[in-house]
Amino acid sequence: MKPPPFAYHAPRTVDGVLAALAELGDEGKVLAGGQSLVPMLNMRLAQPEALVDLSRVDGLDAIEVTDTHVRVEARVTHERLRRDPRVTPAVPLLRQALDWVAHPVIRNRGTSVGSIVHADPAAELPAVLGLLGGHMELRRVDGSREVAGRDYLLSPLDSDTAPEELAVAAVFPRPSAHTGSSFLELARRHGDYALAGVGAVVRLDEDRRLVSAEVACIGVGGVPVYVGLTEALRGQPHDALDLADAVGLVRAAIDPSDDIHATGAYRTHLTGVLAERALTQATAHATHEEIAA
Amino acid sequence: MSATDATTSARTATSDRPGASGAVGPYDRVEVELTVNGVPRAAFVPPRRLLSDFIRHDLELTGTHVGCEHGVCGACTVLLDGQPIRSCLALAVAVDGRELTTIEGLAGPDGELHPVQQGFQDHHGLQCGFCTPGFVLSACGFLAEDPDPDEDTIREGMAGNLCRCTGYAGILQAVKQAAGVLRETGADPCARHAGRAADGAVAAGPESGR
Repeated sequence: MKPPPFAYHAPRTVDGVLAALAELGDEGKVLAGGQSLVPMLNMRLAQPEALVDLSRVDGLDAIEVTDTHVRVEARVTHERLRRDPRVTPAVPLLRQALDWVAHPVIRNRGTSVGSIVHADPAAELPAVLGLLGGHMELRRVDGSREVAGRDYLLSPLDSDTAPEELAVAAVFPRPSAHTGSSFLELARRHGDYALAGVGAVVRLDEDRRLVSAEVACIGVGGVPVYVGLTEALRGQPHDALDLADAVGLVRAAIDPSDDIHATGAYRTHLTGVLAERALTQATAHATHEEIAA
Repeated sequence: MSATDATTSARTATSDRPGASGAVGPYDRVEVELTVNGVPRAAFVPPRRLLSDFIRHDLELTGTHVGCEHGVCGACTVLLDGQPIRSCLALAVAVDGRELTTIEGLAGPDGELHPVQQGFQDHHGLQCGFCTPGFVLSACGFLAEDPDPDEDTIREGMAGNLCRCTGYAGILQAVKQAAGVLRETGADPCARHAGRAADGAVAAGPESGR
């Protein structure tokens, strides 16, 4: 339960990080908060030749809140993002989801961008990024690119990040007016990996009828499963929702497998229940424009 | 200039910090210095040294316990710059230069227990004691953020630590009592206990890192 030997790089600049990653190629791995990578090192599930630590980089620690988005840089911890008073009014779903991310002690070091790059199937933030239509900013020595959050996760623990690339930021768009959101999950112990989780985003029109609805389900597939529910729910009044069809669609969209924590059938059932509650809360949130959770 | 100042100033040149001039090899040893419970401590370690092992093996502060070594049990929790973290999930080289508080850094200079420690003693918040240092430091960090928690909030705040003896009821009461005491005295939950004996005579600072 000790990390294997590795070379250690601690550049002072983003350019230094990019140069190190370019030089190391497949042998390098970025270390940010380490709350996923260090357990994997300790259990020897990961054995990189070299780590490139972001902890001494000058910069990469900004939370930028604008009229259009919240941009979170690579060194920002979950807890800092969760507590930033500008973030919740701008993108309520971030706070709604961050409340479920691990334990406070883990959130104190774990980074939000790192969690998305890590691509755990039960992680909350990749689903938030996808659900909001956000994107990742990636940089390499000779260029940069953006990847839509929804396309960024490829398979369990695999995101669309080349070895020589650094994920410098995640950009979460502000929702439009009359939009509500919610994030719910169930775990045996608060803060542990969820048995299943559901994020929901609902938009209403001026008459408080549903215009669009979508959920993202975590922990029930290799990557977040997005289920569009606009067809099923369009036109429904906010105070008399009939979610039976929507719940059926959500359950039909997932096929979780059995494991030591729960059967696939239980997870399917649970996801439906969470989806119903999350849609209800998101609708109420859209109505009241306050956090339902 | 005191011995402490000399130690610090000798180490302020930043050019020799880990990774400053390229990589540190996997078997190289680099000097890592931390202020531990108010005292500068340093040791030469390889990059793969976990902070938990740095504390226990290199600094010989064995009050920090190591349980699962993958971030689940919380036994190794310490305060880094006043915030609770898992020391088994941090590399010593990555926290070089920062401030650490371990369980040895909480009781008053006269040995008087910190209010959180006192709470654990008063309410049987421990049996075997293995998880206790982690619980105590998690509680300190938790109470710094939430000085007046209700029972549900305490449960949630302490959920990152596992105890196999007590059934948690005593721990809950311990944290509750400590919250009351700390609110009353206005003391920083993450600071060394000043001690009731310290009327007017503010403790002259920690005497050692042990």
